[in-house]
Amino acid sequence: MATEVMSIDVYIPRDSSALSLGAEAVAQAIASEARARKIDLNIIRNGSRGMYWLEPLVEVVTAYGRVAYGPVTVRDVPGLFDAGFHTGGTHKLGHGVTDDLQFLKSQQRVTFERVGITDPVSVADYVAHGGYQGLRQAFSMSQADIVQAVTDSGLRGRGGAAFPTGIKWKTVLDQQTPQKYVTCNADEGDSGTFADRMLMEGDPLTLVEGMTIAGLAVGATQGYIYLRCEYPHAQKILNEAIAAAYQARYLGADVMGSGRRFDLEVRLGAGAYICGEETSMLESLEGKRGEIRVRPPLPAIKGLFGLPTIVNNVITLASVPIILAKGATFYRDFGTGKSRGTLPIQLAGNIKRGGLVERAFGLTLKELLYDYGGGSASGRAIRTVQVGGPLGAYIPASQFDVQVDYEALSAIGALLGHGGIVVFDDTVDMARMARYAMEFCAIESCGKCTPCRIGSTRGVEVMDRILKGVDTDRNLQLLEELCETMLQGSLCGLGGMTPFPVTSALKHFPEDFRARARH
Amino acid sequence: MQTLAPAQREAVLRVVAAHRTRPGALIEILHGVQAELGFIPPAAVAVLAEQLNLSRAEVHGVVTFYHYFRHEAPGRHTLRVCQAESCQAMGADVLAEHVKKRLGVDFHETTPDGAYTLEPVYCLGNCACSPALMRDEEPCGRVTPARFDELLAEWQRKS
Repeated sequence: MATEVMSIDVYIPRDSSALSLGAEAVAQAIASEARARKIDLNIIRNGSRGMYWLEPLVEVVTAYGRVAYGPVTVRDVPGLFDAGFHTGGTHKLGHGVTDDLQFLKSQQRVTFERVGITDPVSVADYVAHGGYQGLRQAFSMSQADIVQAVTDSGLRGRGGAAFPTGIKWKTVLDQQTPQKYVTCNADEGDSGTFADRMLMEGDPLTLVEGMTIAGLAVGATQGYIYLRCEYPHAQKILNEAIAAAYQARYLGADVMGSGRRFDLEVRLGAGAYICGEETSMLESLEGKRGEIRVRPPLPAIKGLFGLPTIVNNVITLASVPIILAKGATFYRDFGTGKSRGTLPIQLAGNIKRGGLVERAFGLTLKELLYDYGGGSASGRAIRTVQVGGPLGAYIPASQFDVQVDYEALSAIGALLGHGGIVVFDDTVDMARMARYAMEFCAIESCGKCTPCRIGSTRGVEVMDRILKGVDTDRNLQLLEELCETMLQGSLCGLGGMTPFPVTSALKHFPEDFRARARH
Repeated sequence: MQTLAPAQREAVLRVVAAHRTRPGALIEILHGVQAELGFIPPAAVAVLAEQLNLSRAEVHGVVTFYHYFRHEAPGRHTLRVCQAESCQAMGADVLAEHVKKRLGVDFHETTPDGAYTLEPVYCLGNCACSPALMRDEEPCGRVTPARFDELLAEWQRKS
């Protein structure tokens, strides 16, 4: 009897960032080289493990685990085969067993437990790795108990506002209307953030399952994922995953044979940062200009098409399945104080080892920047980081001992936002960054509130004068007054928080504003 | 008042028909029209308004609110160069200046040969590989000016 030759599983990411570094060409080169050498490879296009300095990261399944090679270019492919990489052979790009790499080994991957591990669009692979256990559990619980479990887990909105998720769900559950909605805010527009994208490209079924549980919990049968149009690959992967879930009856009229319906579709944004604000997102989902709504009423009471609506971020919803599967206590036991659970932190900008670090709340910025990140990419001193996107404060190196959680950052006048950290070395001009904050607000303002719409434009003009060294004292005073007006007089975070990067830059780096040569 | 060319009108009606039953689908319809025609011709606004029982002002208001929708025909390819903080920390300004010089156009302009329309973009979610840009739907990371020249040569070879 002939021995059956098993094909070798090789993982090559289809994550956007991996693609941006040539993963597609590498996958094609490996496939064609394998054919030429008559080696039977089974190439699986996974998500990223979140170690972007190693992308494209090629992993081979061996008897002793998945072995990593990276960053791989097309030119490296013949050499990799010569070295027998497909059986875990030694090569200069080899890093040994992926899970043993310090960057990964020290993490607590909870929400991201399957990202980079599984085939993102395979329901079978998802189920084989613990998927749909949360939904299965939810079917055995009352609606109130599901909501209670989410409340007890301590999960707070990961989009940035950090509102307790269970309380939001309870409000929607308590509304008596024939239709309700579950919406996912996937308009991840903050620079320095890519956790939503990574999850949607690497384990979209977790989001699908989380939204299905949300629908079941509050009595909604329709879900929408509002996805930014800058993420075309996430769109493709989400749509493939949703189609696969329908096919396997995890979506549709009879979810898991329960007789319960849940439908889900992806809607695309159109390049407006403001649509990441929840009421603006709802307007956009209704096909309108993304102008923000006055609250109250809350979206949980009058949301999409005027009906009770859950609006949650991708990571929030994707954290729900494991909370249901393993219990509220499992999740709550991670973290510190009022910041419970884990936080997917994104290291971005001028950083040597950029990527995703999921850990229980409680790490300091210093640990993240130096232990995980390895310092700046340029090799120069890190001067400042901006945490929480374009509306987040700049934090100087003297405060890098701060713990990265909601309360500790708030105590130093900063905010966590969506957990993105953008690193700048000592060549950064903070007055220019302050000008950019105003410019960004001017470009992205929805126009509803005057302090935001006009104030941001005036802010750019004032910054231009400061940059030229014109009447510095008077213009700095004007800038502070303008920031105060925007802070007090804007309905939403865009106008109301644009002052944070501006005033923090001014507070911590006054020398950049004052020492301008007069032109 | 401009009118739509018959082929354009047909395309618009086809897109409307495909989405008509979906609630709140105007933005999806505009994406569909732009995918078919490359842009949203101003004359399409009246057709969409009539078809969807909206006022022209409502449709015009939506088209002009969103940065992604174009009002004139773009080049064969669109290059979106990220200008947000993470990319700035890695030299986005230098890259943007280089790209503008190489293509001989400013942001929001199309090269004379119609090959490229250049647009700024504020975050592509590729922030661990800054500076980033996207050519149509192809993401490119760690794009130094030298790397951009290589990419441009590669794209020109392919087209």
